[in-house]
Formats: sequence, C-alpha cells, structure tokens
Amino acid sequence: MKILVAVKRVVDYNVKVRAKADGTGVETANVKMSMNPFDEIAVEEAVRLQEAGKAKEIVAVSLGVAACQDTIRTALAMGADRGVLVETDAELQPLAVAKLLKAVADQEKPDLIILGKQAIDDDANQTGQMLAALLGWAQGTFASKLEFVADALNVTREVDGGLETVALKLPAVITADLRLNEPRFVKLPNIMKAKKKPLAVLKPTDLGVDVTPRLVTLKVQEPPKRQAGVKVDSVTTLVDKLHNEAHVI
Amino acid sequence: MSILVIAEHDNAVLKAATLNTVTAATQIGGDITVLVAGHGCGAVAQAAAQIVGVKLVLVADAPHYAHQLAENVAALVVTLAGGYSHILAPATATGKNTLPRVAALLDVAQLSDVIKVESPDTFVRPIYAGNVLATIQSSDKIKVMTVRGTAFPAAATTGGSASVETVPAVADAGLSSFVGQQLTKSDRPELTAARIIVSGGRGMGDGANFKLLEDVADKLGAAVGASRAAVDAGYVPNDYQVGQTGKVVAPELYVAVGISGAIQHLAGMKDSKVIVAINKDEEAPIFQVADYGLVADLFVAVPELSKELDRLKAAG
Repeated sequence: MKILVAVKRVVDYNVKVRAKADGTGVETANVKMSMNPFDEIAVEEAVRLQEAGKAKEIVAVSLGVAACQDTIRTALAMGADRGVLVETDAELQPLAVAKLLKAVADQEKPDLIILGKQAIDDDANQTGQMLAALLGWAQGTFASKLEFVADALNVTREVDGGLETVALKLPAVITADLRLNEPRFVKLPNIMKAKKKPLAVLKPTDLGVDVTPRLVTLKVQEPPKRQAGVKVDSVTTLVDKLHNEAHVI
Repeated sequence: MSILVIAEHDNAVLKAATLNTVTAATQIGGDITVLVAGHGCGAVAQAAAQIVGVKLVLVADAPHYAHQLAENVAALVVTLAGGYSHILAPATATGKNTLPRVAALLDVAQLSDVIKVESPDTFVRPIYAGNVLATIQSSDKIKVMTVRGTAFPAAATTGGSASVETVPAVADAGLSSFVGQQLTKSDRPELTAARIIVSGGRGMGDGANFKLLEDVADKLGAAVGASRAAVDAGYVPNDYQVGQTGKVVAPELYVAVGISGAIQHLAGMKDSKVIVAINKDEEAPIFQVADYGLVADLFVAVPELSKELDRLKAAG
C-alpha cells in the first residue's frame, strides 16, 4: 500500500498570534513556523502503518512557499520516504489545496491519503473532505483509530456525542484527530538521513490547477479582550457573588 | 435569495444547532428551506416545519441517510443546490464532515464557523483559535458555510408553518457504511446547549475525581466538560472536550476547575457570559479571563461548593 500524507507549514502553536495594525493579516514576520500539529499526527500514523508492514511507501506533500521544504524534511525525518512540494507564493485556500492534492494523487496513485483534520492557522477543517469529494473517494474524518479488515478500512471517528465507526472502501481519505496517536520526537540521525531523501518540486501550472482564491479577506482584527474580574477569598463569597451579583445561580 | 439549511438530527429529534443556523439564514435574508436527510425522520421534518422563518422543508428518506454519511448526504445536497444562493449547516461534527464535500463538488469555497453575517456575501469567522477574527467576502455563486451555534440565538421552535415536500434519494454511493457507535450516555444537558457548564482539567488528577464535578453539576443542572489535557490523559471521553478542536460553548456560567487556560481551551469557552476559575496556581492564565477567580485546592473547594449550593437551595 502506498500512502500520501499532506503537511502544512503554519505559525508554531506556541506563538501568540497578533493581527497587523493595518488589519490586512496577521504578523508572520520573524515568527517561528512548524508543521501543523494535526499533520504530524497524520505523518505518524502513516509511519506506524509502514512499521506494521501495511504500507510500502510514504510520500509527503506540501504546498506553498519554498520554505515548505523544511516541513517536508520534518516528515521525511519522521519516516516518510520522499517528498513533493508544489511551490507557489500565491495564497492557497482549501479548495485550491484540495485540487492540487488531487492532481498529485492522480500522478502518485496512493491507496490512502492522510491529512490533519484542520490547520491551526485558518482553522478551516475542509481540505480532506474536499479532496475526497474531488477524487470521488470515501472519507474518514476526525479519525481516532484505523483498523484494516478484509478489503475495507474501519475508521473510528470523534463525533459530538462520542465515537462512531465507519467502514470505508479503499482508496480513501483520512483526516487525523488529536487522539489517533502521539507523534514521535525526531532524532538527529534521522534528520541527517532525511536530507538525502528525494524531494521533487512542482509548480501549480505543471499540474494544470487554477489556484485563484474565491474568498477575499477584507480585514482581520483581534476580538475584544475579556477583562479579568475579581479574585474571591472563599467559596462562600463565590456562591454569594454568583447568586446576588451575577444572578447566574 | 434563497437559502438551504441542512438540518442536524438523529432521525428522531431535531438538534438545537439547526435553530441557530436558521437564525443565521434569517440574517442573510431570503426564503429559507430546511433539508432533512435521514431514515424514518418524519418527526424531524414536522419539527423543522414549525421553526419560525422556515418556508419549506425537504425530506429525503432512505436507509443510506440514516447515519449522515458524508458521501451520501453530500451527493444529495448537490442535486438540490442549483436553486440556492446559500447553503448552511451547523458547525457540528456532522456539518463539518459533510459541507466541505458539498462545496468541492459545487466547485465553490466554504466558510467555516461563521460567527457574524455582515451582508449576504460578507461574513466574520475566527482564525488562529479565535485569537483573530477575519471578515471575508465570497465571490462564489453559491455561498457554502458552516455556522457556529453559540454566535446566533436559536430560532423559535413553534409558530412556523412550512410546507413539507419529499425529494427523491440519490443512490447509495457505496463508498462507506456505518459500523457502530459508542455514544456517551448522560442525563445531563448537552454541552453546546447547557445554561451552565462545570469543566475539569489536568488538575483533576484522575477520571474518578470528576465525580466531584458531576455532583456540583447535578445541583446546578449543568453539563460537565473538560479541557484537552483531561481528555488526553484519559480522565473523560473525547466528547467532553471544550476548545478550539473540541466543542465551542457559550453558556451563562462556565466553571473551570483545575484548568490552566491554554489558548486552545480559551478558544472554546471565552464567550461564556460569566466565567469562574478555581485553580491552586494563581498565575494560571485562566484567571485572566475569569470574572470570579478562586485560588484554592480544588479538592477542598469543590466539595465546599457543593455544600454551599445545598445551603443556597435550602435558603430558597
């Protein structure tokens, strides 16, 4: 089985993001960038499937600026075999990303595509579902467990009321939720090895995909800050305030 | 303009998130149609027809819609989409699963988690875990979006008189099938609909200690939630999780117990009307958003809170 994993370069989850003063976007200059945490889980799952003898090859794909090569190298250090970067400086929205990934999938012909369920920058939670739609494949979103049974893939999904299991025909698209696995720490020798793994660079035009954005961001701003309230000295005071001041109990 | 709202339901009951989504549709303006796709879901269709503001209810009843499989529901929505300017679904696990598939099949973008309608083509949505709000304009001919329930009031459930029409089902795509589910059983209100929520974090130390919170929750008629740390530690199931990647809630009262207040948790509860934090670490970030903070050992404070609530009740 061949697995494609998609990885996105995003502002590191530890960075406190701020809107630019002119409202045109968020400050990304001199900000630490990392692999989207949900995509790390996706890579980890692919590597575990390979270690379990279920997958033969793992291809890590990223889309965006040249620096996305770093993100791909991280995936290679985790255990992916080779990388593909679709390089562009253009703004890529989820539909365009899904179209580019479909074009890559048409070339690579994977049996399974694993992505993170959402990226922590735009929080869109769309790309996996859109990719499955464009390919006409089954989708297993918000996955917390994968289990191969005969010729199907059973996916346990995190849903609002608890967990749900669906059986998917392969090929399929999976999006990883938090509890699918805990990604490994990358070891230095593997980082060195990853530098020698192949990484192909393509352009959107090579794939014949129009990536023109459909949505225009008119402005971004920070929401009104919530003010810290008061500290109370006892449970009795707390209950009194909630009852007589806030009127919520 | 005409708007299609995809109903959230379990074939028996129409879920409250649908009502908030109808309100968002009302704010966009135009005729509102609600689609109920399910199996044996006639009662849901009748309930949808009573919602104030809804003009028409479409029902697609087939076994392969029973479990809201995205592959099948999306294929259905696409056959109906032509006549609509907007397609809305609640930003629930179901809506998030299905709607991007609809958008891609229609070759349009999707707006996720809309929290404000500025105009029929311009909307506000949170990005970066709600640290930033983006105002976004769509140029697509059909605007597809999921709606964050807590950002819109619920439409009235009675007083409407929509007509109900049946639409033909699209054949089963045969890509996926439902195997089973493990739903958390609880007599407490649902997190996203609760007036009061009592949530526990890593400070709870153990799943068994959530009993302390359940005791307080039952006295308040509250739902019980948790931080990601508590869910990851296995104290409680995933559906308890409040946060950027869990449930987004906005109750009248949110009591955070042993929760430090990571950004991703705050993203899920900072729109609560009143926030209480109980934490022994007075530097915990949760205190920066709390209306009432109590620096205390939760294992002392929570049982005490329970007793105080008894006293309050006794005092009438």
